Amino acid sequence: MTELIDLVLLGMLAITALRIIFLKDLFAVVMLFGIYSFLSALIFVNLDAVDVAFTEASVGAGISTVLMLGTLALTGRKEKTNNHTTFLPLLVVVITGAALIYGTLDMPPFGDPDNPAQQHVAPRYIQDSPQEIGLPNMVTSVLASYRGFDTLGETAVVFAAAIGVLSLLGLPKHEKAAIESGLKSHLVLRVVAKLIVPLTLLFALYVQFHGDYGPGGGFQAGVIAAAAIILYALVFGLPMATHVIQPTLLKALAAIGVLIYAGTGFASFFLGGNFLDYNVLASDPVAGQHIGIILIELGVGVTVFAAMLSIFYAFAGQAERANIQ
Amino acid sequence: MILESISTILLILGAFFSLTGAIGLFRFPDFFTRVHAASVTDSIATILIIFGLILRTDFDLVTVKLLLILVFLLFTSPTASHALAKSARHGGLLTLPEIRATKKEDCSS
Amino acid sequence: MSFIVDYYNYWIVVFLMMAGFYIVISANNLVKKIVGLNIFQTSVFMLYISIGNVSGGSAPIVADGITRYSNPLPHVLILTAIVVGVATTSVGLALIVRIKRAYGTVEENEFEDKDDLI
Repeated sequence: MTELIDLVLLGMLAITALRIIFLKDLFAVVMLFGIYSFLSALIFVNLDAVDVAFTEASVGAGISTVLMLGTLALTGRKEKTNNHTTFLPLLVVVITGAALIYGTLDMPPFGDPDNPAQQHVAPRYIQDSPQEIGLPNMVTSVLASYRGFDTLGETAVVFAAAIGVLSLLGLPKHEKAAIESGLKSHLVLRVVAKLIVPLTLLFALYVQFHGDYGPGGGFQAGVIAAAAIILYALVFGLPMATHVIQPTLLKALAAIGVLIYAGTGFASFFLGGNFLDYNVLASDPVAGQHIGIILIELGVGVTVFAAMLSIFYAFAGQAERANIQ
Repeated sequence: MILESISTILLILGAFFSLTGAIGLFRFPDFFTRVHAASVTDSIATILIIFGLILRTDFDLVTVKLLLILVFLLFTSPTASHALAKSARHGGLLTLPEIRATKKEDCSS
Repeated sequence: MSFIVDYYNYWIVVFLMMAGFYIVISANNLVKKIVGLNIFQTSVFMLYISIGNVSGGSAPIVADGITRYSNPLPHVLILTAIVVGVATTSVGLALIVRIKRAYGTVEENEFEDKDDLI
């Protein structure tokens, strides 16, 4: 049954990808990409990767679609006719694809419990992490504790990407809020947004702190919180949003998140353990792990929230400027 | 046992309404009727499917979560359809009768 | 038949990967290229998750009565990769916005000719 659902979803994905190739209307391409992301999130759920699905649904379908639409607002929504020859790319793609498919024949069968990938490292995580870390969600244990150093790097990459976007586009200046901005005529939207935004922020906090026990964690929570503010900015206008959460605050928050993460590492360092070894943070190793994971998830959440929101501000500020000119 | 069969019926009904919505999306002639088809069936399908799922839980925290999802969806999905239709109207899209009316005027004048 | 059941997942992933690759090398418009890159990227994610899947397994969250879990390691790798992916995508989009402002176009063949003007 799982295989059947998987097959149907993969087929839908393939159709979406084909449609994207042939469409010239970039607006439709971006919307189809949103659909593509949601479909892949469904596939991740079907393949038992709930945490990944959660991230893909919030990040891939939410934030990146919004950013691409923001870019389209600045660059125009039509692709001009393509005078490339299609033959050569097609040839390259077919040859590469054939080579890759030939390569898959040597791979172990899909879903086989005896796959080499399942024999090494993973059994240790599955057997020992509930005792060593004391958390039911193994993904969070591995993400925040066993591979904490890796995650520190990823958080730093998100931070660096935000810096990159800000240095390319610049943040909008914080002006006196113009109440008149935003979607004035959409009364229903304004009322519902007022209801939804606090609920979404609350949900983000739930995801942040429940990530140890269920799917969720700092990455998803940061993105969901950013999405709430993005909704606010879309409905009530960018000036209002920058009035509520100021760009300078975001810049500080993005750095503070990374600092919380690295600071936790240094704290365990000075308490006599290794870098990011949370066992020494409390007298009981499991409690120490718990404290460490909550702290670094907080750092991740703060950085991701600030980075995503400042990236959105940068794009929206550009669009606003283009509208004025 | 009874709960399970009621739940199955609800789920099948929900799936059926989703399907009719999808068919309507393809078959209806203009934008507004399509949005109508999608949004109305969507709401009823969500209600049916989530109640069907609730009957399969042990009536614990999962039930509450499902109810919250239902409330959230009932807020957002009609709003989305409303915003879509309103923006289309704002952007100058006409319904099918209006298009016919303008065509007739063009012919007669 | 079992041959197909064993490998169909990889094959469709390869197809998606090649669809993304085709968009990247054949599209003229930079935004579409970014979409293609993202499709490519998502297909790689799917490949990792397929490798980590164990049939009959359950999501890697400890629960009573479950003995077989999926491999949590690919999940961790991909979870972070998705967020990093959107961050790098946004850098690419920001570059496109700057290119538009500098050259007045985001079509690859058009701004190549204008290189000398700037």
